[in-house]
Amino acid sequence: MSNARSELRVSLWRGGEDGRYETYAVPLRENQTVLDVVTWVQRNLDSSLAYRFACRVGMCGSCAMTVNGRPRWTCRTHVSRVAEGGRLEIGPLENLPLIKDLAADMRPFFEKWQQARGAFAPSKTRHDPIEKIRADSPARRAADAAIECINCGVCYAACDTVRWDEDYLGPAALNRAWTLVNDVRDTANAARLEAVAANGGCHACHSHQSCQEHCPLALNPTASIAGLKRRTMLGFLRGEIEA
Amino acid sequence: MKGARLQHRTNLLWLAALVHRLSGLALAIFLPLHFWALGLALGGEASLGNFLRWTDAWFVKLSETGLVFLLAVHLLGGLRLLVIENLAWRDGQKQLATLAAAISAAIAFVFLVQAL
Amino acid sequence: MNVRLYIAQRLTAAVMVPLVAVHLAVIVYATRHGLSAADMLSRTRGSLAWALFYGIFVVAAAIHAPIGIRTVLAEWSPVRGRGADLIATGIGLLLLALGLRAVAAVVLP
Repeated sequence: MSNARSELRVSLWRGGEDGRYETYAVPLRENQTVLDVVTWVQRNLDSSLAYRFACRVGMCGSCAMTVNGRPRWTCRTHVSRVAEGGRLEIGPLENLPLIKDLAADMRPFFEKWQQARGAFAPSKTRHDPIEKIRADSPARRAADAAIECINCGVCYAACDTVRWDEDYLGPAALNRAWTLVNDVRDTANAARLEAVAANGGCHACHSHQSCQEHCPLALNPTASIAGLKRRTMLGFLRGEIEA
Repeated sequence: MKGARLQHRTNLLWLAALVHRLSGLALAIFLPLHFWALGLALGGEASLGNFLRWTDAWFVKLSETGLVFLLAVHLLGGLRLLVIENLAWRDGQKQLATLAAAISAAIAFVFLVQAL
Repeated sequence: MNVRLYIAQRLTAAVMVPLVAVHLAVIVYATRHGLSAADMLSRTRGSLAWALFYGIFVVAAAIHAPIGIRTVLAEWSPVRGRGADLIATGIGLLLLALGLRAVAAVVLP
């Protein structure tokens, strides 16, 4: 036991779903992110450790993992802020199948994105004049408030409704659907409203706000989903949705 | 899933949602009993009266206080949800949820004081 | 279906907001004044107002509660889909039957 702590005890999930935590001793540095720690283990202790990262600077969302029970971007998490008593517990993102160690399988996340009709369906071609969209129109403001999502999966990992309901499309997919519902250029809204009104759609959200609490970009899927609830209700009353 | 401590459950709004769900379940279980008790009036006032005398016991009064709390907290929590879902977004949901719980506790306390 | 259930649950919730508020006030009032069964029944028997109040309350609760139960079953138990629908409907019918019987018990002269 040393008075000045010089190393961290880091537990990393190793293996598949039936794996376990293994603990490593990592030198403690003054300025260190959780991603630095994971990288150090892979480079110096065990090159078989599987994990993901790309930009290292909080732009791509690839490095999202569960750190001491919370999903976060490891490149933007300073060790000094989260290490409790010199200990860290790092696992893969929750609510997703596991490939190996710290790398979760993001496919269900993206499949639900598609299921929610999270893709823009254009109405014009390059030969048409550019459609003028006013940035201060209510619809555009609503879309812009939710548009910065980079599909990192943190909200999906934080959401208990995703955990409890395997059909639930999840906060990110529904948030994206909301931005497109508010995009006047989009043509797929009939199908989109049906998609978000189906089982596992917006009505499954219980407004826990775990998504908003954890989103590294401070987005608010709860608000977007509330918007979808209003929009689908309107759509139903207008006969736009079969529901 | 992997034994990781699930820290997000310390989110106050997650707790609020849990309280809302559990209070709803409790009320749903209580309701048939409540209806059955009231139905005793079909057998005349004495029938209901005898039952109500039994509810004078202190542990019954305590349970009733609990039920009043559950009803109030379910109502106020639900009201918070109706506002989220139908009006423009407002921040401060944690404060609103805490307020809902506090007011419910106050209502239950008022009931308890009257009941004793 | 989801939109229908959502609307039904939120609508009955909104209807019940004032009903619950009045009910809580009635509870506190009755407790404060130590009303007996006879006292309470003398106020409700033959009253159209109380019949409507509690009649609507019962119908709203009988719609509202099962929808919530259905969700809880689907999320927290292995029962979902058709099974959850059936259980929820059964509970709704039970609440409606017992509830209307209770209303009749207290308002019929």
